[in-house]
This record gives sequence, C-alpha cells and structure tokens, in this order.
Amino acid sequence: MKADPAGVLTGVHYLDGDFACGEGAMAAGCRFVAGYPITPSTEVVERISRRFPLMGGTFIQMEDELGSMAAVVGASWTGTKSMTVTSGPGFSLMMENIGLAAMMETPCVVVNVQRGGPSTGLPTMVGQADMMQARWGSHGDYEVIALSPQSPQETFDLMINAFNLAEVYRVPVLVMMDECVGHMTEKVVIPPAEEIEIVPRTLTGQPPESYLPYKVDGKPVPEFARAGDGYRFHTTGLTHDERGYPVMSKECQEKCVSRLLDKVRRNVDNIVRLEEREVDGADVVVVAYGITARVARIGVELAKLQGAKVGFIRLITVWPFPDRRIRAVAEKVRAFVVPEINYGQMVLEVERCAAKAGADAVLVPHPGGGVHDPKRICEAILGAAK
Amino acid sequence: MKYWRKPLDFGDVKVPHGEVRILVERCKGCGFCVEYCPKDVLVMSEEFNKKGYHPPKVVKAGECVNCNLCEMICPDFAIFSVAVSDGDAAGAAGSSPEAAGADPRPPERELRRA
Amino acid sequence: MSTPAEHPEVLPEEHPVAPYIRTDRMPHIWCPTCGIGTVVKCFATALAESGLDLNKVSVVSGIGCTGRVAGYMKLDGFHTTHGRAIPFATGLKLGRPELLVTVFSGDGDLVGIGGNHFIHAARRNMDLLVILVNNFIYGMTGGQNAATTPLTAKTSTMPYGNFERAFNLPQLAASCGATYVARWTCLHIRRLTKAFGEALKRRGFRFIEVITPCATLYARLNKLGSGLDLMRFYHDNAEIRHGADTREVGIAFQDRIVCGKFVDEEQPSFLEMMHEHYRKTLGSKYVPTPPEGGWLHE
Repeated sequence: MKADPAGVLTGVHYLDGDFACGEGAMAAGCRFVAGYPITPSTEVVERISRRFPLMGGTFIQMEDELGSMAAVVGASWTGTKSMTVTSGPGFSLMMENIGLAAMMETPCVVVNVQRGGPSTGLPTMVGQADMMQARWGSHGDYEVIALSPQSPQETFDLMINAFNLAEVYRVPVLVMMDECVGHMTEKVVIPPAEEIEIVPRTLTGQPPESYLPYKVDGKPVPEFARAGDGYRFHTTGLTHDERGYPVMSKECQEKCVSRLLDKVRRNVDNIVRLEEREVDGADVVVVAYGITARVARIGVELAKLQGAKVGFIRLITVWPFPDRRIRAVAEKVRAFVVPEINYGQMVLEVERCAAKAGADAVLVPHPGGGVHDPKRICEAILGAAK
Repeated sequence: MKYWRKPLDFGDVKVPHGEVRILVERCKGCGFCVEYCPKDVLVMSEEFNKKGYHPPKVVKAGECVNCNLCEMICPDFAIFSVAVSDGDAAGAAGSSPEAAGADPRPPERELRRA
Repeated sequence: MSTPAEHPEVLPEEHPVAPYIRTDRMPHIWCPTCGIGTVVKCFATALAESGLDLNKVSVVSGIGCTGRVAGYMKLDGFHTTHGRAIPFATGLKLGRPELLVTVFSGDGDLVGIGGNHFIHAARRNMDLLVILVNNFIYGMTGGQNAATTPLTAKTSTMPYGNFERAFNLPQLAASCGATYVARWTCLHIRRLTKAFGEALKRRGFRFIEVITPCATLYARLNKLGSGLDLMRFYHDNAEIRHGADTREVGIAFQDRIVCGKFVDEEQPSFLEMMHEHYRKTLGSKYVPTPPEGGWLHE
C-alpha cells in the first residue's frame, strides 16, 4: 500500500542524515518512538518530536535505553510501527530487548548512529565498530536484518525499507548509520506519498477461538494479533510453543529457535541488497559499507589510474551477510580489500566466504574518529593485486 | 449457629447455604481454606492427590454459608462454593454429582462471574 | 463424609475464576502456600466486578515468580524481560491509548532491576496500574537478597542476615508522584479486591503493594514456618491505617505491617497532560494518537 501522506514531507530538502532518518521513519508509517538522548543520534528524535504531534504519532523520552527499547517492543504489539534511535553505549543497553523483540517476533526498527568506541569512546566522532554487535549483541541464537546507508538520501530510502522488512519478517531491523552520514548535510528528495510503497501491519483474520500466536502453517512468520482486539494471546521471551506458552524442552527449543533463524536465512536472497561496480574481470574487489564506501570509491579510482583491475561491492544490507554472492565473486578474484572504521569486523565475514576459493581478504583498518585516507585504500588494493 | 443473644431480626434473615466444590488435582495442600473457613467446614484430608498433596475435605457440609472465602484465598484456584437452596443444603452439600449438574447459583453469582 | 474421591465431577471450567485464567496451564508453577495465586484471584474478581471490557485489558509482567502472572491470566499477556515490564507497558499504553494496561510483577523485578523505570513512570503519572507482589526475596532464582528484604532477614546471598536497608515502597511510589498508593497482604482478600477495583477505575500511576508469603525461601531461610504461618503472622501483625504517612510504613523484620490506602488523589495523567499541552500549544494542528493505535493500514 501507499504511505500515509501525513508523514511524508514531499519535496527537495537539504537535510543531514539524522533528519533524513527521522523523515524516512515518519514516511514509512512509524508512529511511536521512544528514545534517550545520545550523541550523535539525538537529532533524529528532535526532528520526530517536533513533527509527531502533527500526524498522530507519540514520542516519549524514556529514562534510559533499556526502557526505550522495551517501550518500542510494547508499542509494536499494538500494531503501531515503532522505533528507537541510539548510538553505541545505548545500543549496548538495548541488546536485552532487541533479543526480546527477536524472540517475540516483534516488528521494530533500531537506528544506531555509530560513533567511536569502546565504552563512551568518541561521542562526536565517527566509528563503524558496532557491526558485529548488531549481529551478535544479544545473547542466544537469533537473526536480525541490518542495513547501512551511505548518504542522507539513502538513509531516507533505507528507513522505509527497514520498516517494510520488519513487517515482512517480524524481526528487529537495525539501521547501522555512522556519525559521518548522520551529520552530513546533502540534498534529500522525498517523493510524494503515493510513490512510497509501504508494507502494512497485517492483522490476522482468524477468529480468536482458533488463533494461535506462533502457528506458522508453512509460512515464514506467524499471523499477528495486536493487543486489545480480543485475542487474549500470550507472548513471552521464554522458549514457547505455537500457543505462545513457555515450554522448557529441547524439542520446543529446536522448533522455536530454528524458525527464528530460518525465516531470515532462507530468505537471504530476498533480503540482501548490494551495489556492484565492475566486479566482472576484476583482480581485486573492494567491499565497503556506510561512509567508508564513499571514501573507498575514491581509493578504487586511484588504483584504477595505476592500472589495477578493481571491482567494488557496497553492502547496503550488512546482515544477513551476502554469503552466496561473495563466495561466487571469490572464485574469480585474487583478493578482497575491506576498509572499515574498526579493527576488523565485516572483513571476518568476507574472509569466511573467500576462504574456500583461496581468495585473500585484506583489512584496511581505521581506529575511528575520522575516515580513511583514500590513498591507504589504494595502496591496499595495489598490494593485494600483486 | 450459636448466638450470645438472639438478634432482633432473627426471623427475617435468611442464612445462605453453599456447597463446596474442590478441584482435587489443582490443590497443593496449603491449608489456607481450612484455616480461614469461618464455619470450619473443611479439614485436611488424609488422602493424597496425584501430585502427593493432601487436599481439604468437607466435614460439615450443611454449615457452608457460601461466603466464598475459600475460593478467594485459595492460591491454586482449587476450591469454590456454589449456592444451594435451603431445601437442598443439608443433603446436597459436598457430595452430590446431581447437584453439580444443576446450576443453583443465584443471579448475583452470575454477575460476579461475567 | 466427603473425600476427594467423591468429587471427580468438579470441572475446572466450573470454577468462577475460569474465564480469567488460562485453565489449560493449571496447575501453575507457584509453590505450595505461595500467595501469588491469591493475588491473581483477587485481581480476577476485581476485573469481574468492574464491568470492564476485558478485551481491552492487558497484563504485562517482568521476570520472576510473579512474572508468570501474564502467562496465567486470560488477557493479552506479555511476559517480558527482567525489570522492563513498566517501560514495555508504557509502549503498549501509548501505542494504543484505549487499553487498560496493568503491570503485575514482583519486588525484585519492579524495584530491584527495574527501579529506574518504576520511579520515572510514577513521576510521569503514566497511565498504568502497577501491582507489586512483595515477598521480600528473589524467589525464582533461589532466595537471594532483594531491595525489599528487611534488615537482619536471612537470604541465600546474605546468609548472616541482611545488613542493607530496604525500600519502603509506598513512600517510594508516593514521593515519585504515584496518585494511588495502597498496601495489603494477600490475607486481606476483600480489601485487596476492593483496592484493585478502585484502582482499575482511576487514571495515572496507581501502585498496589501486596505482601505475600514465600514459604520455600523466605520462610524457610528465616525459620518462619510455612506460608500458612506467615498468613497467621499477617493476621496478627497487619495494622490498617488508611491515609498513614508513607514515611512511617516501612517494614522491619517480622514486625507490624501497616496496610491501607495511603494516597488517592486526582492528578492529570501523562496522557492527559500531553493532550492538554499539545492542544494548548498546537491548537487545531495537533493530531493525537487515535485511541485504537497509531496509524494503521487498511
């Protein structure tokens, strides 16, 4: 269906990534946001708190990020599209209830405008070191979807994408921005509402007597009933059966957890989005995401000037990782070069996928607090091409 | 019932009668109902239920005044009382399956359940 | 005389509580002589008497013994993470303001790990009915010290007796802005039911503390007998003082328990204040979240 015009600020704007993030959420139909102030993400909720009262949305500044994430999960159970926004330290606190959202299969969106870490780290400066936390941050086995925009415009677009994916797969979708994208001001075109495709929250049509909250009938996700519609359902963070009742057995654990994983793992090809350039015939392929993708493009051009045959893959979806595509590319290239603003996170995934084909995975690390010098990326490409 | 003096409205007041129903397999033998029954209708049984607890049993069937205190205080939702008309009280309370089939609850009882 | 064997005809569905609990999950996990079930029964009775549309009533629990309530009541029930019942419930209420949202959890959950959420929800006068079952100890994990454990009481992590001061919960709630504050024990079945009924009809942050026996841990570790012995203790030591100064209702080990309704005042709730403020500042431009929830599709 089409977006609700009340949330769509159609027009050509000059916005920073945080504001574009807020606009994207509102255009996607988000009507509940709970958040706690944290640099460099706060502008998102500042934007939203100004505009929400004009479109039927509710923003609440919670007492901490634990509460913010819990409130988001609660609000989503009313059928209201919900999200929260944070940065590294807050992201750590949210992990508990991101796990709850995964276990209860609650559609929601969490934005992390990454800064340098660990701990309080570099509050006002860029980092990309929460990528593995996004995947593995909460305890236990679960799957999430994570996206990584490289510009304010793409942040707007991916927010809509994120809310739609959350609905389709009933998972928390993490939008892994970074401080540079968040605070970078660029042209953002917001299309008319009728051009924005929205996945609605589909409520079950079953009668309450026969409805079971976690019965899937072969589909990837169960049908959703919201609180207050007479279904009187139960949902829990404990291992549960189709009725949503806790069952402490390894059989139920297997059934419950494997479905949480399979609904994403079996749909990787439907979820994953990549941007590729000149991968065919390349000796070396650069894999990058977020702000680093933009810097890496310059590195690629510099290397090409020196005669290297370089391809480029930009991860728009970072989780689930595009295993199949990277494995296929690995068959044809000598090496991957992975620049990222951390000491080696997504490079581990590239390395895993490249190992069988014998391709190298070369990390170009950056400690955070700035972006790479493109020359360093160029050097890494030239080194890997030898 | 013993009175230290005969109440003035003795003739007008109708003492309700109830019949205790026990869901034996839910009982965990806490004894709350036995302790707090104002008419001492119940005692702990010597028998075991399937989980090995001693459920209560009715010893003064005719005495139950359907105050539902046992129902309210039972933490295991294992006991309740239903009203019986005066004629049935003495014979029916606590034992008759036939009485359980008919629904003797007065309207206010229904209201409370609704 | 009648024996259990003579009652095979009594069906679980006949029990008056049946419409309010998930009979397919009985018997519940609570220990013999635990009082949580009694609190649930009182709440179910209050719901029955309230005439409320139960389809619009949600119950949210955290983790722990009382945390299981959400799974036993036949309402929309959410068994959430440890300490987060109140913020989860906050999201539920704000997401669909027509819901009557109840938080039903234990002392460890609501004022131990969840203390920060508790004080802020009270400060906001968030439209929640919070029922806190206080057994003075962490039950499900095996009797560890709680924020409510009275001084000198023994717990599995204070084997020589507790030397930390305990929360006085009515004072905590009242000082943070709760607009209805009451305390009863689970022996006070009629008064507790009445308090639930009253609180169900109020708005804003309503807090009811219910003292209950934990026989398996609190009573055993402190050699207090069974849950029934604790009920007898409540009988002898509970003192009803409506309107008591909440500063004076702290609970010492095996000492008197002041019960009653301490606070009952009309104050605008979070939602009322939000609506009023936005109407005043934004006028006709203000679009409140519809009672049935944020923007829904089709």
